[in-house]
Amino acid sequence: MKAIREKHSLAMRWAHWINFPVLLIMIWSGMLIYWANDEYSITIFGHTFFHFFPDPFYKFLNVPQRLAEGMAFHFFSMWFFAINGLLYFLYTVISGEWRQLVPNRRSFKEAWQVLLHDLHIRKMLPPQDKYNAAQRIAYTSIIIMGFGSLITGLAIYKPVQFYWVTWICGGYHLARVEHFILTAGYVLFFIIHLTQVVIAGWNNFRSVVAGFEIVNNDHPVNIKTADDEKSI
Amino acid sequence: MKNQFSKKSELKLVSQKQINRRNFVAFSVFGGVGALLYGGWRWLYKSPEEVAGITGGARKPLRRALNQNELIFKNTLNNNHLVQTYPKSMAAKNVRVNSNIGMEDDDYDANKWSLVINKKDGTQLKLGIEDLRALPKTEIVFDFKCVEGWDQISHWSGVKFSDFINHYNLQEEASLQYVGLATPDEGYYVGLDMPSAMHPQTMLAYEVNDQPLPGKHGSPLRLIIPVKYGIKNLKRIGSISFSDQRPPDYWAEQGYDYFSGL
Repeated sequence: MKAIREKHSLAMRWAHWINFPVLLIMIWSGMLIYWANDEYSITIFGHTFFHFFPDPFYKFLNVPQRLAEGMAFHFFSMWFFAINGLLYFLYTVISGEWRQLVPNRRSFKEAWQVLLHDLHIRKMLPPQDKYNAAQRIAYTSIIIMGFGSLITGLAIYKPVQFYWVTWICGGYHLARVEHFILTAGYVLFFIIHLTQVVIAGWNNFRSVVAGFEIVNNDHPVNIKTADDEKSI
Repeated sequence: MKNQFSKKSELKLVSQKQINRRNFVAFSVFGGVGALLYGGWRWLYKSPEEVAGITGGARKPLRRALNQNELIFKNTLNNNHLVQTYPKSMAAKNVRVNSNIGMEDDDYDANKWSLVINKKDGTQLKLGIEDLRALPKTEIVFDFKCVEGWDQISHWSGVKFSDFINHYNLQEEASLQYVGLATPDEGYYVGLDMPSAMHPQTMLAYEVNDQPLPGKHGSPLRLIIPVKYGIKNLKRIGSISFSDQRPPDYWAEQGYDYFSGL
């Protein structure tokens, strides 16, 4: 016999795995659109360190000359991204699961400890609930970023009809910059997230597919039964 | 708080067989749905292009989505929302020129230009630029938005499209659903829904930065329609017609949204 614990709800798992391919399509089609006016770069005191994006990068991903196509995909997939995200948000609020997700008073201090631990600087790990402090901050941020993408996206998509949304974003021009930065943020999140998932291992990954995780007996819990003894 | 968490995180004892079964079910569903999603994506990506007509160049399902989006935003929103305007001092001195499609004819003689209005009864109305200059003048400084993603604050003057309609008694024409505009050589043409054309900020412009339009900006008369992307702001208007069917539109034929409203 093994001890398992239900970790992730069905709703969360569906939302997560639907969001993944949809977001991928949004980022890809967004790139096709961005190419038509690829004016952003990291420039400090007149020196350009990086231009988004270098030509070989575009060529490799077959980006050039596909603006109309990109817009068509983007304005189709946006509905799935928005509806899936809103359903997840509503579920998390109504079910009360937000309590395990939203950072609390201790989170910001503990997140440092998690970071130092992950970088092998610190031995001891702060208390791990369902999500540790760093995860709470990261996963809450990504939800806020999702809202940010919807709002800045709407500000660019319909700047006249939703003029007040555009105004909140600081105008049309700035809204496009923000929309781009948020996307860069997803890519960054994705890289770290994927690394962490690989490090965390199979038991953790399975919990986002099957919902449960196996609890190892390093920290014995008083759950053994007579039945249990026999089967072992 | 503790209650809810501990309830869900209760430990359960299960056999390896049970674990295997749950793994099997969960990963089968995961793989199955993943395969379905991938199949759906391949279907969409490889779906045939629409039959070329008023619109063209887009995948069929995506064109349907673009048209549905238009209905959603046209029916639920107010067409009288105004575009934000700016003080003249913020207007660009060098107004960006992005394209000269429909103006590539070297033999073009600006002095022979006239505006042809095709009326509902089949007759034509021909106007010179002085006729339009005689109408009440209006101006706008707004953020011009290109479908490519750039925007620029620019300053235009001319006659409101709705003033022009009323002055020449084209109310009956304006009761139709669409307006079509084309360059004299018909190399560039746009179709507009009537509410957008009659929007209070839509104008037939003959000046930029208080100077007559230079050739590259569509001398002597161009359309400025701030509720649309730049692709709808036709330069060097040669003719205007009215219809209940969508008039041909240069960029809608090449995969862009017909409505292209902001």
